[in-house]
Amino acid sequence: MSDNSQTYGLLAEFTTPADAMHAAEKIRDAGYSRWDVHTPFPIHGMDDAMGLKDSKVGWFSFCGGATGFTAGYLMVWFMNSVNYPIVVGGKPLFSPMFPFPVVYEMTILLSAFGALIGMLLLNRLPKLHHPLLKNRRFKGATHDKFYVIIETSDPRYIESETRELLESTGCKHMEMVED
Amino acid sequence: MSSPGTHPSVEIAPPPREIEREPLVLNNRSLAWISDQIAGIIEGKTPRWWWVMMACSLPLMLMCFAMIGYLISTGVGVWGLNHPIAWGWAIVNFVFWIGIGHAGTLISAVLFLLRQKWRTSINRAAEAMTIFAVMCAGIFPGIHVGRIWFAWWLFPLPNANGPIWPQFRSPLLWDVFAVSTYFTVSFLFWYMGLIPDLATIRDRCKGFIRKFAYGLFSLGWTGSNRHWSNYEKAYLLLAGLSTPLVLSVHSIVSFDFAVSQLPGWHTTIFPPYFVAGAIFSGFGMVLTLMIPLRSIFKLEDLLTIRHIELMCKVTLATGTIVGYAYGMEFFIAWYGGNPYEAYAFQNRAFGPYWWAYWIMISCNVITPQFFWFKKLRTNVVVVWVLSIFVNIGMWFERFVIVVTSLHRDYLPANWGYYSPTKVDVLTFIGTFGLFMVLFLLFIRFLPLIAISEVKGVTNQADPHHPLGGAKGGHH
Repeated sequence: MSDNSQTYGLLAEFTTPADAMHAAEKIRDAGYSRWDVHTPFPIHGMDDAMGLKDSKVGWFSFCGGATGFTAGYLMVWFMNSVNYPIVVGGKPLFSPMFPFPVVYEMTILLSAFGALIGMLLLNRLPKLHHPLLKNRRFKGATHDKFYVIIETSDPRYIESETRELLESTGCKHMEMVED
Repeated sequence: MSSPGTHPSVEIAPPPREIEREPLVLNNRSLAWISDQIAGIIEGKTPRWWWVMMACSLPLMLMCFAMIGYLISTGVGVWGLNHPIAWGWAIVNFVFWIGIGHAGTLISAVLFLLRQKWRTSINRAAEAMTIFAVMCAGIFPGIHVGRIWFAWWLFPLPNANGPIWPQFRSPLLWDVFAVSTYFTVSFLFWYMGLIPDLATIRDRCKGFIRKFAYGLFSLGWTGSNRHWSNYEKAYLLLAGLSTPLVLSVHSIVSFDFAVSQLPGWHTTIFPPYFVAGAIFSGFGMVLTLMIPLRSIFKLEDLLTIRHIELMCKVTLATGTIVGYAYGMEFFIAWYGGNPYEAYAFQNRAFGPYWWAYWIMISCNVITPQFFWFKKLRTNVVVVWVLSIFVNIGMWFERFVIVVTSLHRDYLPANWGYYSPTKVDVLTFIGTFGLFMVLFLLFIRFLPLIAISEVKGVTNQADPHHPLGGAKGGHH
């Protein structure tokens, strides 16, 4: 590791998604772990190129949905047959049928919150500060450029070697990003 | 600089010309052009027409609020409601606005699941339309309860009157849950879709307030692929959740009618028929809104004629389903052998409200049939005019369902005739003001078209396409 007290990582710029993807494959194969690709839109196949595992957002959504379903039934059961029983047309105080629309909506509501909150938690968002967002050139990441960043804190990071690796990927520009 | 030859190269033959699809973004526009064009709408000077529209919409919105104030301070007697028609324009307007919203969710969720990539050019504006339409819709049941200060009793909230809770067997309560869930989930979906685009604007805009606001709401988005991976999964899940949601919302709205015992309402066809009608009216509204915006903002390359044609086809399909439902209702009214049911339908078409019925039929059944012709589908002026008729027709559909069924039920002693008052009419017109104010603010401050999604469907974004930098084979 080189002097990493001041620097965040090495940033390489690409102009096409294909170049960024090939670079990602090389970096993955070189065994780096603290690195990322920044693109203006999700690139199909990039997850494989980076060696990312399947996203875990689904579990958050599932937990949300299960909570909504259970809470919905418990709520209706408690309100309409325990705490304030109302007999309507001689029908039983509780049945799984009549609250179903309500429970269905609550399941969807909390699953949706689960998906959004899961996405934010897994991505550590919202984030008020990120070293890359201070970088002038990085503004292209939401416009029409593709970036690969290898953090200096990566255990495999050796400035000369990492630089060489990125150069071999055909990047159009490279620079050090300050922390 | 790039180094060909480092990858094993396998020549990929381009697809034959005849099966190549028309591109979704015309003229091979670059990725930069897409963000410049869409973000440019927000960054440029506020156009004069925007101020003119705002000056027209704002007073209408204030009028809506004034009418609501008058209603609350005076009582529901200011509306034309009376026995036997206790559900007049308020519920008609509620169902109308909720229905409009459905196209937005259909475009954003159902078409996403069906991999209809053309949705990317229209989904943002359509979702905004959904949210604003649901806001307009939500006003009506709220103010319709009469003693509006008790409207919170609709929600299962503890209150000081001992344990008193809502009655969950009532479809009206299902409706409360359906509509509030619909609004919330649509809003979450819309906001999540906005995050990357807000980041695009954050990275371009000048001025402290803008930088701060867009920066705050883009949550520090950096376009990291590790983030995109979770983001795409969450987006897929929200689309998967919104699909059963949008189908359930108008089904539940239709339960408000179908679960009752009233001839004309008590029909099992209502849920699918309401959903088809909602999508029909929503696409009508999307066309009404998008066709002018497309030419004002020079978005013809993003919102192509093909997009308009495809929307016309959805309108045609759903309009035809609606027409079929009208026919089937009549058939069952006769075939079911229930004299009250038969009378209700006969009365619809030939009774005192015959005019409403025939406006409905001509706008909803005949209008969409013009979309069979490619010449008409590709003429934006014709499509725009027809889309207005769709909007009118769908409002009348709800009027016919609500009013004609209520005005003559079993006992002739209960019969009556309903006319709205000025307050009814002005409140409804006022909601268009509210809708337009919100929509104008939206097109001024938020990206009208989903920038990152449109980029994603271009050839330049495809790493396996020569324009995306593919040199040889990969995988």
